[in-house]
Amino acid sequence: MKIEGSKCVGFLGPNGAGKTTTLKIFTDMIRASEGRALINGVDVHLNKKKALGPVGALIESPEIYPALTPREALSMVADLRGLPRAEAKKKIEETVAEVKMNEWLDKKVGKFSKGMKQRINIAAALLSDPEVIMLDEPTTGLDPRGQSEVRDIVKDLKKKNRLVFMSSHLLNEVQEICDEVAMIDHGKLIVYDSLSNVTTRFSSDGSNTVEIELSRDIDDHSVNRNIASLTSVSSAERIDARKVRIHFSGGIQNQERLLQELATMRIGMTSFRPSASALEDTYLNLIKDTL
Amino acid sequence: MGTITKYELVNYFRSRRFYVLLIIGLIISALLTTLVGYYRPSAFLSSSLNFYSSWWAGAITFVIILSGIFYGGDAISGEFQNKTGYFLVANPLRRSSIYIGKWLGALIASVIMLGVFAAIAIGNGIYYFGLNIPYQLWVSLLFSLLYLIAVLGFTFFFSSLFKSTSMSILVTAILFLFAFSLIQSLVEGLVKIEPWFLITYGAQIISNVLVDPYPTTATQGFGPNAFTTYAATIPEGIAILLAYFVVTAVLGLLLFERKEFT
Repeated sequence: MKIEGSKCVGFLGPNGAGKTTTLKIFTDMIRASEGRALINGVDVHLNKKKALGPVGALIESPEIYPALTPREALSMVADLRGLPRAEAKKKIEETVAEVKMNEWLDKKVGKFSKGMKQRINIAAALLSDPEVIMLDEPTTGLDPRGQSEVRDIVKDLKKKNRLVFMSSHLLNEVQEICDEVAMIDHGKLIVYDSLSNVTTRFSSDGSNTVEIELSRDIDDHSVNRNIASLTSVSSAERIDARKVRIHFSGGIQNQERLLQELATMRIGMTSFRPSASALEDTYLNLIKDTL
Repeated sequence: MGTITKYELVNYFRSRRFYVLLIIGLIISALLTTLVGYYRPSAFLSSSLNFYSSWWAGAITFVIILSGIFYGGDAISGEFQNKTGYFLVANPLRRSSIYIGKWLGALIASVIMLGVFAAIAIGNGIYYFGLNIPYQLWVSLLFSLLYLIAVLGFTFFFSSLFKSTSMSILVTAILFLFAFSLIQSLVEGLVKIEPWFLITYGAQIISNVLVDPYPTTATQGFGPNAFTTYAATIPEGIAILLAYFVVTAVLGLLLFERKEFT
């Protein structure tokens, strides 16, 4: 498996498939039984210091020394990563603000909830503005608002041309923020491709699915007459009064054409995105066991 | 490495264990101060050398062992059990830097303890005997430092061996507080050989140097009833303590390098 460029790659698989193990091999927390883990061409096990220099990683949910404050814990990370003191101070405040923990910067970590610690861990992974970010189920332990904020952080990282490799159990999360998806089962990579290619190739009927949201109500008749009859659309179903799921065949060109056609219909479309259920459908087709 | 040492010390000073150990050291010192002041025992007050021999040599090995257990017992195993290691290890630094950095942090915290204990002992000595501090005390202080280094090497090794903090602390405590003394007695009394392979035997130079003349190996009685009291010479003691430090430090480091964060 080779990942390059600036994008977000979702890493999916059942419990025990080897997602965390893979990330641990990439951070030299465990050794590979065979094969090598290279970052920018540098073997992680042979030259960890150089290989992990441009990497920020959050593996499982680390504990921070409870007697330290976030400022101290992050200062330690900044020191370990060789950030100059003045820059470190500024970066710590910026990153902690990004994870919405600035009010807790000088309180001891020992008093924090699991979600608060996870926010500080995310801040630690982002502190040195790394080129590559590895996140192992980053939204674990976070409340819905926290999960949404982490998704926004990852989206911002993509805008900054960073490569994000993120394991997750949450398919809608991956669907929302990732450009590519890799699926692993029993330690073997099953598929690695763009999200749309994966859902097209492996969904049960071989079609793509998108969901659109509307600013005004639509009835079944309009859905069947206007949307289901569009070129390449195989079927359309009304999820609720302002939401429609559309199945269509073909690749990215057909998706683009469908978007254009829907836009010209002036039905009040406010959102057009691949359906979360498409990835779930693909996942269930590829991953047959839960363990 | 310096960063790890710095924050290890901050962690020690913020946590209760530093103060608990400091209080234990202060209680031992306060008890000795009170008992010597009240009962004026001749074993303490017959000469300044006897005073330091009884005070320093009698308690310092216990203080060092406590420091080893408090600071070294869970230093590495805690990184696995408490998952604090996950915060450190994913950063671009060698594991040896973590190990050595933490070891130096434990050494500095222990030296502070030793310093406090030594200051109180010397303060009492000056009260009874003036500024006439025998040179053997300074030599004994150096040997104590060497023993501390060896004990911390040993406790870090056991801490690397286990992933459970309670197991690593328990094993080191049992070894230092009971097992080594027991084995030494059995080896000397029954097997009748010099226990040169025991760290506690090497540590005898801390107290032996405060005895004038320096004790030597001596046999009392004859035939099967003969009993030999072994005394480590200074070169033997230094060699034993250095060997313990070097061997356990290398083994501990290798174990930590190879251990997986599963």
